[in-house]
Amino acid sequence: MAGDKVARTGNEAMAEAMRQINPDVVAAYPITPATEVAQLFSQFVADGKVDTEFVTVESEHSAMSACIGASAGGARAMTATASQGLALMNEMLHIASGLRLPIVMPEVNRALSAPINIHGDHSDTMASKDTGWIQINCENSQEAYDSIIQAVKICEHPDVLLPAMVSDDGFIISHCMEVIHMLSDDEAKKFIGEYKPERFLLDVDRPYTLGALDLQDYYFEHKRQEIEAMNKASKVIVEVGKEFGKKFGREYGLFEEYRMDGAELVILVMGSTAGTTKTVVRELRKNGIKAGLLKLRIFRPFPFKELSDALRGAKALAVMDRSDAFNSFGGPLFEDVRSSLYDLEKKPLITNYIYGLGGRDIGLDAIKGVYDDLKKMTETGKVEQVVNYLGVRE
Amino acid sequence: MAEIKKKGWKELAHGDVLEAGTAAEFETGNWRSERPVRDMNKCISCLICWINCPDSAVILKDGKMTEEFDLKFCKGCGICAKVCPPKIQAIKMVPEKKSGK
Repeated sequence: MAGDKVARTGNEAMAEAMRQINPDVVAAYPITPATEVAQLFSQFVADGKVDTEFVTVESEHSAMSACIGASAGGARAMTATASQGLALMNEMLHIASGLRLPIVMPEVNRALSAPINIHGDHSDTMASKDTGWIQINCENSQEAYDSIIQAVKICEHPDVLLPAMVSDDGFIISHCMEVIHMLSDDEAKKFIGEYKPERFLLDVDRPYTLGALDLQDYYFEHKRQEIEAMNKASKVIVEVGKEFGKKFGREYGLFEEYRMDGAELVILVMGSTAGTTKTVVRELRKNGIKAGLLKLRIFRPFPFKELSDALRGAKALAVMDRSDAFNSFGGPLFEDVRSSLYDLEKKPLITNYIYGLGGRDIGLDAIKGVYDDLKKMTETGKVEQVVNYLGVRE
Repeated sequence: MAEIKKKGWKELAHGDVLEAGTAAEFETGNWRSERPVRDMNKCISCLICWINCPDSAVILKDGKMTEEFDLKFCKGCGICAKVCPPKIQAIKMVPEKKSGK
């Protein structure tokens, strides 16, 4: 394993990854809790540590617009945002993916207003789940740092050419200091390689039009191409994660299986709560309870096939959603997981827990309670309550 | 016009990319209702019409104006007549039917 062992908050880790990527253009606007990412990066620009053109814009809509222009022009472009900022960008998110621009965006998960709240939940990225962006969810600062570097390579792969957002949980990770392993600047640079887009608007020798009106006759074909890119992204994500593991000792896939060997009671969760759940799983395993954790890393493209394979042996499954879809049924993660399992002959009993909205803390006891519920489900063979609200006051 | 075979998603260039210069393939002159006529006695070859023509239909020869317009592409928008300096007024838009050509 190479590189330094350093103490970094999630935001610092993300900013360091951006420094090592040394993008051609960064356009960003401050938004809690992601403000520091761009702020620290702007210091790198001021100190001459990167060659980046830093564009201070008047909104996140403009930040993403500037990134789209820069990326279409042939630049490696990045921004960073959270919550309301991501929501304001929404229109441009579709344009970035539709134009097939490999923009990488660190994103810090935060609740959406109203009521106004600055703390970590997943409602912001879940509201962007259908924008055609790759979505990588991180448990901690280390994963956020590693994933941002990998995302550059994933997005720029000729089979993919899609943008990606790499998220960690607001405050819980973004403002919490952890020890992380960093690559050396040279290793990071070599890993991502030089960006050589096949077509770019500033290529005066091969001029073309990008983003022309595309009506009934061709829009559908272009969208079909975009769908195919998302289909192919899974394979590239796994390849890049493996290569990263080979070179730097930390391998990444579509999801992490934690103590899933023979696991009967399984929690499926994304983000920092996976860390809490691991502690509970260890305790339960010590007491002979066959508990396991499936930590989903890649939410888009959603690994339907791989997930259903991994969950084949589970007897009871709790899907943990740190946001609600307001569809009067369950959370967005639950919808996709439940749908993935539909074709299994022997399905696990499945239940949904909406938890941690607005950054409400979730402790070991709460997770332990979920495993207790799962245990009860396997004993009765019934799902008492499909959708549960964990930690809300009645 | 011949039926153009539309490409499937596997053959198309990625991401709504259109090659440049495709305007040359579209003869925008075939639906013109008016055509520009230049009075060479008035024209001072200032080239204002040449630079403003959206269809590159004003024809230059050795850096000077000629009487000719490229009628394959001139769609009769009248910009050339409009931008011709007020004191010169060398270009008039003439209805197609009465142009006698």
